Amino acid sequence: MAQTVGFFTDTTLCIGCKACEVACKEWNQLPNNPLEFRDSYDNTGQLDHANWRHVRFVESAATNPDKPIAWSMMSDVCKHCANASCLEVCPTDAIIRTEFDTVYIQQDVCNGCRDCISACPYGVIGFNSTSGTAQKCTFCYDRLQNNLKPACATACPTQSIKFGPLDELRQTAATRLATLQAQGVSQARIYGDKEYGGLHAFFLITEKPEAYALPSTQSAVLPSRNNLPGYVTATITAVLAGLAGLIAFRRRGEPPAAQTPPSGT
Amino acid sequence: MPNEHFVVPPHWEWYILGYFFFAGISGGSYVLGSMLRLWGDARDAAASRIAFLISFPTLLICPILLTLDLGQPLRFWHFLINDSSGGLAFKPWSPMSLGAWALLLFGIFSFVMFLSALSEGGIVHRRALATAASFVAGVVGGIFMVIGALFGLFIAAYTGVLLAVSNQPVWSDTWALGGLFLASALSGSAACVLLATRTRRDAIATDRKLIEADRYFILLELALIVLFLATLGGVLSKVLTGGWIILWVIVLAGTLIPLALHWRATRMRATVTAVGTAAADISLLAPVLVLLGVLALRAVVIFSAQA
Repeated sequence: MAQTVGFFTDTTLCIGCKACEVACKEWNQLPNNPLEFRDSYDNTGQLDHANWRHVRFVESAATNPDKPIAWSMMSDVCKHCANASCLEVCPTDAIIRTEFDTVYIQQDVCNGCRDCISACPYGVIGFNSTSGTAQKCTFCYDRLQNNLKPACATACPTQSIKFGPLDELRQTAATRLATLQAQGVSQARIYGDKEYGGLHAFFLITEKPEAYALPSTQSAVLPSRNNLPGYVTATITAVLAGLAGLIAFRRRGEPPAAQTPPSGT
Repeated sequence: MPNEHFVVPPHWEWYILGYFFFAGISGGSYVLGSMLRLWGDARDAAASRIAFLISFPTLLICPILLTLDLGQPLRFWHFLINDSSGGLAFKPWSPMSLGAWALLLFGIFSFVMFLSALSEGGIVHRRALATAASFVAGVVGGIFMVIGALFGLFIAAYTGVLLAVSNQPVWSDTWALGGLFLASALSGSAACVLLATRTRRDAIATDRKLIEADRYFILLELALIVLFLATLGGVLSKVLTGGWIILWVIVLAGTLIPLALHWRATRMRATVTAVGTAAADISLLAPVLVLLGVLALRAVVIFSAQA
């Protein structure tokens, strides 16, 4: 098996240039976004079938009165979770784990049922109505197979997006976190070392996870958690319904009904 | 406390609503037909046959709706066969995978019971039908029918579990949906059979029993609606705002009014030997309201979570 790889995105280095978005679209030949004005420099909006990288502009109130808005930029992407919700629910096995330990949707197998879309807690997967399939970041699977870095990490001018062996990236992130905290950025933290068994695309963030549309560690739960309680409730209902049927339909020892002519069935 | 996720909606809409409705009616009708055979008497045979005659045609609609909803309809068979390995695509922890298999297997049970009902009712005279009828009449046939009823229960219930096994707000915040959809499906199926038997003199005795059963199913459904709403916590407002209120009114009208009408019909029949016109009116209104309620319940659950 090839080496497990990952992305480490350091949001403190992101300048919001969107080079990653452009490189991703260009390499993967993703369609352009329709022109749309929003209340922000974020005119991508969200990750979906045509946007596999999305530079999020997280706005918050700043302490400096001259600059009332503070921005935290984050280049968002599929997290390639170790325990992936999408992969768990996919009924056709279209979603697989590659030799690089990334999560990949086989476009020739996906039948467009969209179960993965309702499962992904990060809102990463989108439905492409042209191909009729679910689509998301492939971790540039074709580039990995040819010993190339993913397009986004190659294009990032500030090295906010780092690509490499996952173990090495975790060490790099720990070192960077220690440096920032020593500099007084006490709110800095790593997101993705515990969530979903460890994300293969993880982040250094300076706000609460929810501010970046990332579920908290407590909320990072798999869809299958509801299998047992769901079936147990259904089973109890079935037993009660069976009892209801037994009471309602039981033989009551009533006299047989008068002979009636057959009426067709 | 509900989990906070940032899921986008899968856009499961009208086809899925139709599928959930007909799957419930199909599975529920089969279960009712089986219960009438197991626990009823000779006078319930006509209603039991009708239940099986409802189950299979409504089941046939299900794969059509499911397939139409797919982005790649011609790949519907990928639910069953793994296109990469050529082996079976079976994931017991994925309700959608389980459901696809259950739908296929339930089809066999439902089809055989349908053939048997056709033969027993004298609708069609063919050797194959007579064979099915004689098979069902035996001990092995009885076991076959009961196994089919278990599949029927699953088909009627799993659609709720399918929604819950996600990270979608509302759906994944409750464990009550499987039970709720099952209770509602049984109530809707009883309504369907009541509608089909209301003009048949040979089913009058069963009519009364079906009304009693429907009353229990509705009570079960109401209890599960309360549980469903109680388990939603912070996302309760998603299902109880705006236009969804109208659907909830239909749900309540489809449970409380039939409950009252059933109670009245039971009282009338206890005092009047012949079925009067008032009772006949009631026997049309109550099942129609129940069926509308079954549809509205699924609609509010499916659409409100994705709004």
